[in-house]
Amino acid sequence: MRLRHPHAVFVHGDSPVHRLPAHVKVVALAATVVAVVATPRERVGALVAEAAVVALAAVVARIPAGVLARRLALAAPFLVAAVALPCVGGGPRVDVVGVSLSVEGAWAAWGIAAKGLTCVAATVIVTSTTTVSDLIAGLSRLRAPNLVVGIASFMVRYVDVLADEATRTRTAMAARGYRPRWAWQATPSAGAAATLFVRAYERGERTYDAMAARGYAGRMPRIDDAGTPPATWCRGLALPALVVALAVAGVVLGIGVAP
Amino acid sequence: MHIPDGLIDLPTSFTAAAAATGGVGESLRRVRRTAQERVVPLAGLAAAFVFVLQMLNFPVVAGTSGHLLGGALAAILLGPWVGVVVVAVVVVIQALVFADGGVSALGLNVVNMALVTVLVGWVVFRAAAWILPRTATSIVAATTLASWASVVAASVAFTGEYAAGGSGGVALGTVFGAMVGVHALIGIGEGLISGLVVSAVLASRPDLVVGARVAGFRGSGRSRVSRGAVGGFVAAGVGVAVFLLAVVAPRASSSPDGLERVAADHGIAGTAVDSFAAASPLADYDVGGLGGDLRTILAGLVGLGLAFGVGAAATRVRSRRRRAAVEVPTVAEASS
Repeated sequence: MRLRHPHAVFVHGDSPVHRLPAHVKVVALAATVVAVVATPRERVGALVAEAAVVALAAVVARIPAGVLARRLALAAPFLVAAVALPCVGGGPRVDVVGVSLSVEGAWAAWGIAAKGLTCVAATVIVTSTTTVSDLIAGLSRLRAPNLVVGIASFMVRYVDVLADEATRTRTAMAARGYRPRWAWQATPSAGAAATLFVRAYERGERTYDAMAARGYAGRMPRIDDAGTPPATWCRGLALPALVVALAVAGVVLGIGVAP
Repeated sequence: MHIPDGLIDLPTSFTAAAAATGGVGESLRRVRRTAQERVVPLAGLAAAFVFVLQMLNFPVVAGTSGHLLGGALAAILLGPWVGVVVVAVVVVIQALVFADGGVSALGLNVVNMALVTVLVGWVVFRAAAWILPRTATSIVAATTLASWASVVAASVAFTGEYAAGGSGGVALGTVFGAMVGVHALIGIGEGLISGLVVSAVLASRPDLVVGARVAGFRGSGRSRVSRGAVGGFVAAGVGVAVFLLAVVAPRASSSPDGLERVAADHGIAGTAVDSFAAASPLADYDVGGLGGDLRTILAGLVGLGLAFGVGAAATRVRSRRRRAAVEVPTVAEASS
């Protein structure tokens, strides 16, 4: 079992998207995703154009196509559902190459696949160009509660430590011949998880003591408090604004309706 | 369990986001009232633990493995309010950093995985621990029951959200039967593993199990759950699952819903309904209207078996290929 490495998400590089502040990117992502989800699935042209804008953003961010494709595939299990829908959906049916498909189910499948993939791609663009700690600092600038920001930053700092500890425990167990195949062989695995919890808790206590000794009183000091110039907001929100415009055009003007 | 973007419509997503904000906000207020600055490092480490817990594989059947969702376990180890906050943070980071679950569906995912699992898990745990005697064994049994209930409750919540704003012309009864049925099975594993974890923590650091303290159990020591009790729990869980998957889901009409596993299972089950019903020796079998029902139920069971067989075969092939490919197991492979 390989534990995923959280920081492997970030792709080192330099691009206009890499340079944008994290909180601008989070707002841009939210606007894009909401616009895509709000676009009716019958507006095929609008959805395709929105996907093209997201693809353009990936080009601007200089994300290698292979990386993008691999991450899309990781997030794609919901496509299995989309494939099943036309076969088993209800309502009127239509014959396509000898296979009877539900019209309603096919539309649902198209909607889930198109919107889902476009939104995952938009998310991958943001996560590939932002380090996790920048992302959390961005959430803090967007007025996320202090407690949540604090817990999240501790979490990403210690996930690696705990994952390494879990991997070492597994290796030690495997070296001693533990290769569980059936549910009733799970007791040692659960014991290892319990040990991991106890150690994590004790590490938390030690960390708190060390921080209290250095003057910690419940919140971390903010380092960068400079405002964001309007020009930065404009650059960051240019492409999302295009997606929103396409969604509005699709809804109001009926652009891109399928035949 | 992560809902992707585009599966549930925006009004429902925004309503859920409001509910999530309210629920997590109330939990934050309660956490601030009871614990002070100490809580940030401790809850942060607990969040890292829940995150890593979801990456740990536990054996299921013939080399297949699954992982915990951990909502009820978090509630029992950390208490309900810290539990809600911790699991919510995990869900938010999963969506924003790993694209696990949609950004527009964040509210839905927080409601299902943080609010519903943690709070239902906590309520069931308290109720069970109150009824049972104050012993380590009772705490473990209550944990098992609460974890099963929390997973099932999350799937019921998903069905409600799907009913309010799901896409795809799919019969609600089918979604309910398939979704809750599969999660009644998943919940068995969640319950047993959570019980074992709490049992192990109780044996070494009983003071860390907030649920045990609140339930009035202050001793330490080993729990002894009898084989019969475990068997009864598994049998009851399987019974609920089979009833939902084989009786409720196929009879409500055919169609799956969005979430990947259910759809995959039911896609097979759904096609099996047609082919099986046509070709089966039961096709002409009809005793006072019972034949049709029996046929559907049998077809559902066969579909379930097929889906399970395909899944087991797939993992089997995969693990054999992996074993063949790696002569000297690396750290990662050796621990798989």
